[in-house]
Amino acid sequence: MFVAATIALLITMALTLWRALVGPTQFDRLLAVNSFGTKTVLLIAVYGFLTGRPDFLDIALVYALINFLGTIAVLKFFEQDDLGSGQYQEDDY
Amino acid sequence: MEATVANVLLTFLAVTAVGIIMLRDLLAAVILLGAYSLIAAGAFVVMDAVDVAFTEAAVGSGISTILFLGALSFTRHDQKPRPNHSWMALFLAVAAGGLLIYGTLDMPYYGSATSAAQTNPGLAVRFLEESGSEVGPPNIVTSVLASYRGYDTLGETMVVFAAGIAVLSILGLKRRRPGENAPLDAPGDKTTTLVVNSSADDGSIASPNEMKRYPRQRHRVLQVVTKLVIPFVLMFGLYVQFHGDYGPGGGFQAGVIFASGFILYGLIFGLQKTRAIMPPSALRILMCLGLLLYCGTGLLTMVLGGNLLDYNVLAHDALHGQHWGIFTVELGVGITVTGVMISLFYNFASKRSL
Amino acid sequence: MIDLLILLVSWALMIVGCVFVVSGAVALVRMPDLYTRLHGASLTDTGGTLVIGLALIIQALFVFDNSMAAVKMGLILLFTLFTSPTASHALAKTALLCGQVPLDAKGNPLLDGPEQASLLARSRPADYRHGQDKERIAQQIQALDNRGGDES
Repeated sequence: MFVAATIALLITMALTLWRALVGPTQFDRLLAVNSFGTKTVLLIAVYGFLTGRPDFLDIALVYALINFLGTIAVLKFFEQDDLGSGQYQEDDY
Repeated sequence: MEATVANVLLTFLAVTAVGIIMLRDLLAAVILLGAYSLIAAGAFVVMDAVDVAFTEAAVGSGISTILFLGALSFTRHDQKPRPNHSWMALFLAVAAGGLLIYGTLDMPYYGSATSAAQTNPGLAVRFLEESGSEVGPPNIVTSVLASYRGYDTLGETMVVFAAGIAVLSILGLKRRRPGENAPLDAPGDKTTTLVVNSSADDGSIASPNEMKRYPRQRHRVLQVVTKLVIPFVLMFGLYVQFHGDYGPGGGFQAGVIFASGFILYGLIFGLQKTRAIMPPSALRILMCLGLLLYCGTGLLTMVLGGNLLDYNVLAHDALHGQHWGIFTVELGVGITVTGVMISLFYNFASKRSL
Repeated sequence: MIDLLILLVSWALMIVGCVFVVSGAVALVRMPDLYTRLHGASLTDTGGTLVIGLALIIQALFVFDNSMAAVKMGLILLFTLFTSPTASHALAKTALLCGQVPLDAKGNPLLDGPEQASLLARSRPADYRHGQDKERIAQQIQALDNRGGDES
């Protein structure tokens, strides 16, 4: 059954990768890569169980945390062309 | 099954690499490099190189994306079209590529029974069998990295340190000229320039490179969720640092993850606030402190009568000494990497918002 | 008996998760514009991760007898539940702000142009819930722009 899940995840990754490669907009690529990250987390977890050694979940955990960072960075770059500005912080509307 | 998964992932890797080369848009290439890193880490896990996968996971999709974006914000977003192809360049590329491929012909196949690691298993077997009684940690990668070849790791830490110093000296000094320091996000400045995304093909976007002035955009959801996530990122960094003896991880990965927490804060709340929490002067101290800790451990072992980085002399018992030595050395690596990574972010992100 | 039941539940969850994940990928490929793709991909991302994660937690606890793996899987679920919808939200908001116009089923734009899209992104949710009054949103933002200019 883990085999079926692995195959399903690999198919999903292939479709997602296709969307990341063809675009058409940057947001489509970013969406696809973000979704791809979630699928990688799942693949690493499921693969750990598939081989009977579910000890490698640390890596999936890193990705669950770091994938967010990359997506936010690209979004901020889209919006402001500058990563360091404090423009996400002020709050009046 | 494992070979199939590995092959599929490697195919993805090749397809993504070709896609990145074909793209003219550098921003899209940076986004795809994130996917490339994800696939690479998956492939490393499937090939049982867990520590490498950990490093790729920590560095690849977070920090390196941010460094690429920082570099892009200094330049243009699209590759300059080159109408005249240079035959010399083509020849050099083909020759170098051919040499590299020729070099791989000598390498053993993946898992080959006649590879050097299988026919001359002295070192590998020794590491596998003796490291438990000689060095201690259950994670043999940590024993090899921090103890057996501690000198090599000292060099790697030195390289990270040198990279931090180089970026500081190139990017950090440029903006010290008077007059350029006018902070763009001073209180009351409510507008910013916004580049309307110009690279869509579906025509729903305004004319290319159109600059507009928009008021600032609020992302309250991002602020709340970031504040929730950052403590866990920092805690996980510490876990990776101090659990590296037992599972995958160690100083390098922990430093990157710990720095990621600060970088996330910097992305959402701005560089000014982050500098208030972690001032650049403190970062410089951290960078040096980590390396000093490593070198100091080495010197201490020499003073106590051993070789450089021979931790056996650190305590009355050899295993205890190894334990202390690996602990200090990994801590030094972690501190240096944290300092360098945050400092890289400061320098690459502060194009106009010092 | 109870073991078999637990196993069955875990396998059922796993299959449901696979269906979620694959359908999300199909949506990502086949939907006509960015926002519909985002809708499909983000919902199935979170849902699929949740369901497959629950299945893996059950497996870790009852089959592998590895509670550490279950705890780590639970943490992964927790973080994904927070970060994945947030990333989707931020992506939609930024896309709207940068002038991506949503399309209807026939491919016609639903808004007048990129300017109106970014106006929408910068208005309060309550404003475009009540009839998408362009004029009022524009006035509000104009007022905010003016205020910002006065302060500086």
